[in-house]
Amino acid sequence: MMYYSRIKLLSVISVCLIGLLLCVPNFVRKPAVSIPWPQIHLGLDLRGGSYLLMQVDLSSLTHDRLQSLSEAARQSLLVAGLGYRDINTDTKQGVFSFHPRDPSEKDRDLKVVSDMPRAVADEFSVSARPDGSIALTLSQEAMRARARDAVTQAIEIVRRRIDATGAVDPEITRQGEDRIIVELPGISDPERIKALLGTTARMTFRLVDELPAGSSVAPPGDTLLPSTEMPGQMLAVRDHIDVDGADLVNAGATTDEQTGGWAVNFTLNSVGTRAFSAVTQANVGRRFAIVLDNKVIEAPVIRSAITGGSGIITGNFDARKATDLGLLLRAGALPVPLTVIEERSIGPSLGADSIRAGALSLLSGFLLVIVFMALFYGRFGWYANIALFANLTLMLAILSLFGATLTLPGMAGMLLTLGMAVDANILIVERIREELKRGRTPLAAMQAGFERATSTILDSNATAFLAHVMLFVFGTGPVRGFALTITIGIATTLFTTLFLSRLLMVRWYALARPSTLPV
Amino acid sequence: MSGRPLLRFVRGDTHINFMRGRFLGLATSAILSLASLVLFFHPGLTLGLDFKGGIVVEARTDGPADFGKIRGALAAHHIEAAGVQAFGGNNDVLIRLGADENTNTNAVIDQVRHAIAEAQPGATVLRADAVGASVSAELLRNGLLALGLSLVMILAYIWFRFEWEFALSAVVTLVLDLTKTVGFLVLTHFEFDLVMVAAILTILGYSTNDKVVVYDRVRENLRRYRTMPLRELIDLSINETLNRTLGTSTTVFLAALPLAIFGGSSLSGFAWVMLFGIVVGTSSSIFIAAPLLLLLGEKRLRKDTKPVTR
Repeated sequence: MMYYSRIKLLSVISVCLIGLLLCVPNFVRKPAVSIPWPQIHLGLDLRGGSYLLMQVDLSSLTHDRLQSLSEAARQSLLVAGLGYRDINTDTKQGVFSFHPRDPSEKDRDLKVVSDMPRAVADEFSVSARPDGSIALTLSQEAMRARARDAVTQAIEIVRRRIDATGAVDPEITRQGEDRIIVELPGISDPERIKALLGTTARMTFRLVDELPAGSSVAPPGDTLLPSTEMPGQMLAVRDHIDVDGADLVNAGATTDEQTGGWAVNFTLNSVGTRAFSAVTQANVGRRFAIVLDNKVIEAPVIRSAITGGSGIITGNFDARKATDLGLLLRAGALPVPLTVIEERSIGPSLGADSIRAGALSLLSGFLLVIVFMALFYGRFGWYANIALFANLTLMLAILSLFGATLTLPGMAGMLLTLGMAVDANILIVERIREELKRGRTPLAAMQAGFERATSTILDSNATAFLAHVMLFVFGTGPVRGFALTITIGIATTLFTTLFLSRLLMVRWYALARPSTLPV
Repeated sequence: MSGRPLLRFVRGDTHINFMRGRFLGLATSAILSLASLVLFFHPGLTLGLDFKGGIVVEARTDGPADFGKIRGALAAHHIEAAGVQAFGGNNDVLIRLGADENTNTNAVIDQVRHAIAEAQPGATVLRADAVGASVSAELLRNGLLALGLSLVMILAYIWFRFEWEFALSAVVTLVLDLTKTVGFLVLTHFEFDLVMVAAILTILGYSTNDKVVVYDRVRENLRRYRTMPLRELIDLSINETLNRTLGTSTTVFLAALPLAIFGGSSLSGFAWVMLFGIVVGTSSSIFIAAPLLLLLGEKRLRKDTKPVTR
């Protein structure tokens, strides 16, 4: 207890020095040479920026899968010469069901749908229901795997879109199963980015069926879609997709040579080029709709076959809309729709105010605690203060190593840690006092003080540790930063008080050999 | 230089008979907690954006803010029932909007931005927060879950390290502390949000810490003085740890005080609640947790020991 081996001494001191060294990058400008430069990142609440929480609409995924499952099943039944009625899709449960045309055909129906290749629409199970219907249920596992893939893919698309806007240091992370967090430092008005991310940008090229005058019912195999070119008008667009936007290789804003207005040009890959050329060749004189997210942006008449694999879209664009559409088409469509469900934007001036407020509080709190410890605990109080300073540097060092984000509540957490940290020293010193009063020699009193206080210190810190781990697990955003700093703070506190300040006291005792202790 | 401390809370040994006032302490605490419970139901907590959902926009206008104009611009954007109020200086505007499940907070916040830009050209948006109803319900659930689980874990830890009498009296005391903090929140109109949950959890952590130190001493003294009646023993333990209790609560108080004064709108509420919690947590160790331990443990903790020789 009262003796520190050389190795122990050196390691305590070197940990403190390494901590000090690791803090330095936070206060010095990054040098031009590329060396590892671990640094604490300022949270959005301190540097200004936007935090967006987006919900991934996974039900659309199930809906799409059920749609293709139902198409495949109907196709297989038709090929086998069987019929069906009362088709029903339940997106919530992931079930597609139908009744056999005739109860006697039920067994053959079951066989046909059971024999369908599984690749058509993921894993599914076939079951006969008591009401006589046949149900095809999507496998939960396959849907989950598909959902995971979709979210991963969505994150990639989101990243591409945001990178294309020129945003600096965006952070895009997955949260839970169906959420995506986007953090945009320096952007305090995220309206444009929200619009970009809220667009699925699924573009398709499909033929238009001209409706007989006065009719407003879509023929079978068609869907009525609104036109953005002529608001209020509905066009009967075929469900069959001739060319898919996924086959685009490039797109960008341009000006329309004929009208001088803004337009978007695009280039297709070889698959797209072939399909485009085939469909335009066979359908000269018909209208060809360019559909974006179930809205017709343009439906020009095909004048001649287009074989070059590139084209131009002239909607009602202004410069920004054309640029953004080009960006969206280049980045690709989102596999699932996203909606922003939480936004927190902080302007740069408020962030700067917060840094000032945080730093001022931290500094004055630190000073108050130091003065108190010096007045109430004398020499051992100063040792506690040295440990406190080491504690602060170690906290900063660990946060830098993690590349952690410092938030305003995080600064509060640091300050409270410093307030709590001296508790361990107080416990030790008070204990030494008591032991002296019981008539022990200074040496024995110090020894007993360290020994007895250690278990108290461990017990009292463990409970605080538990509370903040809970907060870290269930908290979000800045509050997590608070919990993280306090949790790290408890660890550094244990180190600095149980090792460093004790070391200082022991070394002083060994050198000075005092007859009384300054308590 | 001797390096002796210049100041001390209590010099020499104290022999304060804390347990004499145990019923007074418990009664006061019960009354305060009951009153807080009443306040919790009426008028109730002021829920912050995190838990209520909706929109808060803080803007700083170029000149003095023209509230009528801002309200007009909001109405032009079909934003009704918005609370437009001053905060801080006379060129700072705070706009608040509630939200239900059908509100697309994401679209509305953009409209609010446009309205401010139209009504007060040159205004800068300091902060714009929009929380959808689904998210706020989830945040509230997680916040309460964190609180509840922390209490359970503290209970389990103290039970594991001490005896169940210690664990139970600690957690009952913590719940009493918690209700008083809620009462304080209602009275002061500080908004109850995630940061407040963090404050309350920190208070719980601190308060537990304080109780553990007293309990630790009680446990030690139970072994040391095999025949001392529990009442005397608890009094002795409190007196022995009194300097430490006052010292630590003072340092934490001193650390939190600058936050309350300089912390700005986002942290001063947090810090005031912390300060309140430090006072409550420290006093409850002495006046609530210790008497509870006496009540629960009077028969059990001392049952094996018979008065031997005195």
